[in-house]
Amino acid sequence: MTPAPGVTADPADPALPVVPLRHRGRFVAGLIVLVLTASFLVNVAGNPNLDWPTVGEYLFAPLTFRGLVVTLWLTFAGMAIGIVGGVVVAVMRLSANPVLRTVAGLYVWVFRGTPILIQIIFWGFLGAFVPTITLGIPFTDVVLYSAQTSTLIPATVAALLALGLNEIAYGSEIVRAGIQAVDHGQTEAAKSLGMTPAQTLRRVVLPQAMRVIVPPMGNETLTMLKTTALVSVIAGQDLLSNLQAVYAQNFKVIPLLIVASIWFLVLTTLFTIPQRRLEQRFGRGVAGSAVARRPFARALETWKARR
Amino acid sequence: MSSAPPAPVIDARGVTKSFGTNTVLRGIDLEVHPGQVVCLLGPSGSGKSTFLRCVNHLERIDGGRLLVDGQDVGYELRHGKLYELTERRIARRRAEIGMVFQRFNLFPHRTALENVVEGPVVVRRRSRAQVLERGRELLDRVGLADRASAYPSQLSGGQQQRVAIARALAMEPRLLLFDEPTSALDPELVGEVLDVMRDLARDGMTMLVVTHEVGFAREVADVAAFMADGVIVETGPPRQVLDDPQHERTQSFLARVL
Repeated sequence: MTPAPGVTADPADPALPVVPLRHRGRFVAGLIVLVLTASFLVNVAGNPNLDWPTVGEYLFAPLTFRGLVVTLWLTFAGMAIGIVGGVVVAVMRLSANPVLRTVAGLYVWVFRGTPILIQIIFWGFLGAFVPTITLGIPFTDVVLYSAQTSTLIPATVAALLALGLNEIAYGSEIVRAGIQAVDHGQTEAAKSLGMTPAQTLRRVVLPQAMRVIVPPMGNETLTMLKTTALVSVIAGQDLLSNLQAVYAQNFKVIPLLIVASIWFLVLTTLFTIPQRRLEQRFGRGVAGSAVARRPFARALETWKARR
Repeated sequence: MSSAPPAPVIDARGVTKSFGTNTVLRGIDLEVHPGQVVCLLGPSGSGKSTFLRCVNHLERIDGGRLLVDGQDVGYELRHGKLYELTERRIARRRAEIGMVFQRFNLFPHRTALENVVEGPVVVRRRSRAQVLERGRELLDRVGLADRASAYPSQLSGGQQQRVAIARALAMEPRLLLFDEPTSALDPELVGEVLDVMRDLARDGMTMLVVTHEVGFAREVADVAAFMADGVIVETGPPRQVLDDPQHERTQSFLARVL
């Protein structure tokens, strides 16, 4: 079939052989990066200060798992607070009521405008600021409930408060962007069917906003997972807190940080799976959304097709 | 009142509306009687769509009275005063009025059939099983029985608009509003939507139609109303308004369109 050199093929032949372009530059660049990466990894892994036995010892220690449970709990509970509160604050910001709009705007301004580390320390030391928490009717002497702040809010609860309240601010901005991305004609169509504003939001606007909301919320969840490490400053009992308590005694700082890093990598990797599922689910009915954005799978298919 | 001839479905008296300093409606008087098809024609910017949107309170009127089924749109008359209605009660009244939009506005995350049953399920609180059969009938009526499980993005413009009409019909409305229903369609798809509307007119549906389709107005409408600069300048049987226009604005518009 292949024509000999110099022999002119029939230009009308529908099955002419096609010669793909060889990317020599790509090959060389890939080789250089591969060599550099390999030498870096060999150097790190071979460093005696890394102390792999210690890493192995603490990787599956009960203390590590207790910390992991707290870290996961903080992540999910914090995101739950962030999403539910985020929808409420987003709806307030888009409300026709100027008071609700302003208060929601102030909330976002404060919680997005101050470092999360400061917020965590603040909630951790709330007892110093407000020694007792009282539930009553504002501006009267009627008291329904009263308790010591320190007993009501232990370190983990303070950590959750800090993460959750902070996430509400970011979540509300994501939800607001999602709601505003939905075409106004959708609201009008829902109204013209006789839906109330609440029904319109729940049945028509939010399901479509989800397509815009889910990807950044997935990123927020990953960020939240990693931000939980900050609550170690108030001894939040999370993964890093527990491992810090260990290296405060045995001084094996780097091996224990490697243990934490390994677990964080495992968790962030696992988190991306449900995220992709959700993106596909909420992309229903939108042209092009069925194609998942998976660069490696796509590259593999192209490669197979070439052969 | 009760012994008089059937009350008009829409009764507009001197309706005015402005957006900021831009006055869009300068006193609209119009009656639409049960079973009538009224076509609103006129150049763009004349206020046709704005008036239509006022009828189901997507826009609030600034002056005059606008009654649907004898009740003020968006208000309740008590002790000689007009009390503004709550969103919930406005929604209840809107449920009696169907609306078809220029850009279809189907719910993209729901299939054709789900779009059609959405209103009865959410607003009328019917059970899904109960309304699915009726939803299929309506899709059949607009010629789309075989596309029930298609998402709007998988349908042509003409098919989407027919689903939108079925969705409006599912609420069993007393009145159907059409806001330039064929203006966003490719020319070869206009006919299928007009056919469905023609059938509805024949079945006695009360319709207020904003359109540029002069041919449709001449054939189907009982009344053609020509609007320019926020007023109805000419109204009457379509043959009179469209074939023998008296007003200079109507004449120049029709000369350009035909």
